[in-house]
Amino acid sequence: MQEYTDKIRQIARRLLEEGTVDMVIGFRKGSMPIMNEPCMVRRPQDVDQLVWDSNCGINLANYLTDRKEKIGVVAKGCDSRNIVTHIIENKIDRDQLHIIGVPCGAMIDKRKIASLVEGEITDVTETEAGKVIVKGEGFEKSFDKAEVLQENCAICIHRNPVVHDEMVAEPVEEQTDVDRYADIREIEAMSDAERKAFFDDLYKECIRCYACRNACPLCYCPTCFVDESRPQWVGKGQNENDIRTFHFLRAYHCAGRCTDCGACERACPVGIKVRMLTKKLEKDCKELFDWEAGISLENRPPLDAYRPNDPDEFIK
Amino acid sequence: MGIEPGRLHFSWISSAESTKFVKVATEVTQAVKELGPNRHFVKEKVKVA
Repeated sequence: MQEYTDKIRQIARRLLEEGTVDMVIGFRKGSMPIMNEPCMVRRPQDVDQLVWDSNCGINLANYLTDRKEKIGVVAKGCDSRNIVTHIIENKIDRDQLHIIGVPCGAMIDKRKIASLVEGEITDVTETEAGKVIVKGEGFEKSFDKAEVLQENCAICIHRNPVVHDEMVAEPVEEQTDVDRYADIREIEAMSDAERKAFFDDLYKECIRCYACRNACPLCYCPTCFVDESRPQWVGKGQNENDIRTFHFLRAYHCAGRCTDCGACERACPVGIKVRMLTKKLEKDCKELFDWEAGISLENRPPLDAYRPNDPDEFIK
Repeated sequence: MGIEPGRLHFSWISSAESTKFVKVATEVTQAVKELGPNRHFVKEKVKVA
């Protein structure tokens, strides 16, 4: 990981010194372990804040929306796909960006780690051998990195950036033998009553903080439908119908756009598996339109284009 | 998401297809009547003592 960090700093310093970009967006160490935070570097002397490790799960495409300056952005696979989506949706111009591609080694899940140890975690480090060492008051434990991956990273098939201006390392090998939709098929096989019960249980802890929306690079509407008061589309309280409306509508707004970056799930303070909603739509887009979001700048998304042979069996 | 089958219908009807409109409207009404009143996704009025 250290060579990634060094290379990112070196590239960022060069870009800022040459004036190719006005700022570089990357990650720096957070104030808590396992919680790196986004970092915007504007001066070459500040590039040493930038880091790279397995806690860089936040999607940096979220910080590009409607920016006017020239930006160097550090992008792992999912970030790069969201950058493509941003460009397609005219939220940023390709010419404004210098994309620093990072072949991603998958991110670790802070909740999984917290559930495996007791007591407060004070430090989490990784070894080159693929071990994650968790230290806290009175304990030190070592896990295989594969055990503590974020769920979306474990089934990721696009670890390498799809667009980049330069790479910090050689591409990593992509996973090919993963079953991305096993959990979704289980839900599809349920009866209507079971499915309703499943979803009611899924988001029953929701406190309507909208962290999932704020972390999501797709959620850039100037006024979100949940905040609108004229008309008020959805109630603001804890009524189960309002919670359901929020989650389903937000998911639908991500149809054909979601890259399964996991930012929503990572941001949720109560641990709702938000991806269960968006992944079904992702699966449908793959099956009905052979579409994966953010793969190329040339193709228009399925909800943006009409084809005479679009599937329409549900329309009578 | 747990909507009962038969409660939600989609149709494509041109403004010139009046007979198709009547047919679809009748079918939809009938299908929904058979299911009875909707119990899912209904916001109950808050009870005030």
